[in-house]
Amino acid sequence: MTLKFKAETFRNDFSFANSPEAILRFPFPFHEDKYMYSVNVEPHVSGPPGSVTEFAFDVDEHYVAEMQDRAIVLKEDPLRCQALPHMMLAQWDLLELIMTSLARDYPAHFALAREGDSWHWINRPMGIDHSFIFGDIAKLPCGPIEYATRQCQGDFCLLDQRDGNLWMDAGMVTTQADWSLDFDLGMNFVEWHGPVPLAHELGMFDRALKFLLNLQQGRPVRRLNWTMTVHPRLDTSPENYHKWGKDRAALSLENVGDDLHLRVELQALWRLPRSNAIVFSIRCYLIKLRELVTVPKWGRRLHRVLKTLALELVEYKGLVRYHEVAVAWLSEYDDGAPTSAGCGPE
Amino acid sequence: MSVGRIKSRPIYKGLVPDASAKRHLIVAEGEGAEAVAALEAKASYGFLERAAIFYVVSGARGQEHKSRLEALGADVFYSFPSIPTLLFRLNGVLTTATMGVRLYVSGTEGFIGQVLQAALSHGIDHQCVLTEHHGSLARRVQCIHCKGFTEMVKTNLVKCEHCGITLLVRDHYSRRLGAFMGVSADAETPGELPPSQENFP
Amino acid sequence: MSGHSQIEVRVGEIETVARDIKRFRLEPASGTTLPLFSAGSHVRVTMTDGAKSFCNPYSLMGSPTEGASYQISVLKTAMSRGGSHFMHDTLKLDSRLKISHPVNLFPVDQRGRKHILIAGGIGITPFISMAEQLSCAGRPFELHYVIRDRGRGAYASDLTAKYGPRVRIYCRSDDEQLPLSRLLDNQPLGTHLYVCGPASMIEGVLASARAEGWPNENLHTEHFLAPPVGEPFKVRLEKSSLSVNVGERQSILEAVEAAGVDAPYLCRGGACGQCETNVLSADGEIVHNDHYLTSEDRRLGKKIMICISRFKGNGLVVDL
Repeated sequence: MTLKFKAETFRNDFSFANSPEAILRFPFPFHEDKYMYSVNVEPHVSGPPGSVTEFAFDVDEHYVAEMQDRAIVLKEDPLRCQALPHMMLAQWDLLELIMTSLARDYPAHFALAREGDSWHWINRPMGIDHSFIFGDIAKLPCGPIEYATRQCQGDFCLLDQRDGNLWMDAGMVTTQADWSLDFDLGMNFVEWHGPVPLAHELGMFDRALKFLLNLQQGRPVRRLNWTMTVHPRLDTSPENYHKWGKDRAALSLENVGDDLHLRVELQALWRLPRSNAIVFSIRCYLIKLRELVTVPKWGRRLHRVLKTLALELVEYKGLVRYHEVAVAWLSEYDDGAPTSAGCGPE
Repeated sequence: MSVGRIKSRPIYKGLVPDASAKRHLIVAEGEGAEAVAALEAKASYGFLERAAIFYVVSGARGQEHKSRLEALGADVFYSFPSIPTLLFRLNGVLTTATMGVRLYVSGTEGFIGQVLQAALSHGIDHQCVLTEHHGSLARRVQCIHCKGFTEMVKTNLVKCEHCGITLLVRDHYSRRLGAFMGVSADAETPGELPPSQENFP
Repeated sequence: MSGHSQIEVRVGEIETVARDIKRFRLEPASGTTLPLFSAGSHVRVTMTDGAKSFCNPYSLMGSPTEGASYQISVLKTAMSRGGSHFMHDTLKLDSRLKISHPVNLFPVDQRGRKHILIAGGIGITPFISMAEQLSCAGRPFELHYVIRDRGRGAYASDLTAKYGPRVRIYCRSDDEQLPLSRLLDNQPLGTHLYVCGPASMIEGVLASARAEGWPNENLHTEHFLAPPVGEPFKVRLEKSSLSVNVGERQSILEAVEAAGVDAPYLCRGGACGQCETNVLSADGEIVHNDHYLTSEDRRLGKKIMICISRFKGNGLVVDL
């Protein structure tokens, strides 16, 4: 399938928008009319053709634009991609996973030819044609995690498994919903989830950790997470919060439909072969409310989810300042009719 | 907004003598001397012969503590006028230290954090360092925006010493950086700040 | 049920390496490559002998990045439940087996500034791939290999040839002893120690290391156990509304599976925690043989690791 890549921005004039096809394949995360956290992990197996879960890594119409935005973020702040010294093997594992997956799943856009350790990689949308030696850092323009993830949508964290825990020891994090790689680097699973309210008391992280410690090669898993963002801004980092924070207070009934976006993260986890590390990918999808309500079921459901959302979650997800106006705007699209179970548009 | 103690914050379990260690590196600051004295009292015969005490003389009772610790009779006793001078010497010692060394740290959270950073850089896993908090609750804060550190912060709001942004001091703590996160306190409504309170005296 | 699809392999080579020790090279049955693995990994090998089925874990030796084949070593033990006998006596070239994907419960600590590997007997196997991985990465290591006699010292000469002075062999029949206290002395901070071999050796090495002030974070062992044999007993599976008899040479997990009930598992060796099952009631004593539950868990008696633990008494009821 050849994609048409859009020229659009995630900053300044925010020209980002979803095509009708992109709207219909949006990973709407709510299967019922209310929301509470759960571990909600399922096997990361191939989903329906054309869906965001069809392939290991989803490449969509926003690919080129997202990679350009990533390049800008990194230029302004190189600390968004870091790796502790002991994670080099895991970095190569990740590079292999990304390149083999993209070449296999999008042969129109990517190609990988391997002869022993001599690799030849082609990325047509980004105009890259590069030969290198797998395992030899001298032949790459930058570290393996940076090189590979500059060409793949979503954030990536490499977790070292030791001492019965997972440690965030490397990552590329430029499309995050308000957390800092530089700050969290070196923390373990329970520590980096420290700020999440309620979930610890529910024992969620202990169960999730136990499950992930036993994650096996060849059996990746995935789950969805969500929040909301004003403007289609990918870089909602704490580092830049003093620049984007005020957007939250600038919403009114007039602009909330166009400016407020549902932000869904498709998270997937793989066990890596050589390093035994786990890669945690966090792929971000944005949809403005006005686009979302073109799917009537989603309009009704999102209204109900937001209206009944627990206060702690409203606070933790940063929705406080516009929660009321979002609910009010969405109420126009909720006629009280029943909604079907499941996340799909029908 | 914190429900109980945030999970990223270390728990300072207290100093107890490790009878199997071949060498005890005891590092303290200010009121942390109390923990060292208590440690010695719990220790068995021969503990002090294998102990090196490093002490930063600070606070109103600094000199008094210094004399007391010196009198314990450890194998080696060093006193320092400041945390950076202690860290300088500690780094030198850790460069040639061998397995079998046990590190004990006591003082303010900022001090403990910096000693742990030194330990980590020399290959000591933080989980095997014994720690005990004494003295002020004042926090070492890193401005998430400019990455600059501001020391000994007692209030929930602080002006970053580097870039000037007024920061809200959060509970999320980084062991790698040895600091709490400081985030712009009025990013959403510029000029409107929450009331300042002395939360960490 | 751990249910990962198994990999079909054929036996490509069998070598008698030492008395009672055979090396098997396993190749993919259908011509594709085998998954790469991290040093210290093992695979579970499933073998069927008529009506009986065995499922034993074996460490992967050889290069982790080879992919064309796996190599495992099997020690024929008298006290076994039959798996090693089957491997030694029944398998031939081209025999077919099923193996799991590699699982690693004994990884190298990547932060280690130096790695000390201590092997006793068949415990050498995980260290063969570890030495390879460390050597390729240029990381300092020492391998200390205790063998009973030269006849049982599988791979000793290969290792010495490959790694030179980094390998030391201690032959007990020549009265050579592992110089443990000298080995533990004067190691730089950040040294990690790994031990694999007979249980008594592991206990001895770990106890000595701790007594020299080495913290647990720097000490690693592979807690691999074969399910011990014991008196048969009955277990009631509450959710499934049936009772199973657990035979003398059978684990609870195996008995449950034989009854057609799926239970989660992974390592089947008492180490990973995946088979943890809730105990609803127990009229008798749970015999905990695992390395996973805490002493508090054992005291409370509400959990049992069904792949390896047993029961003495009349009524064990579990939540399966």
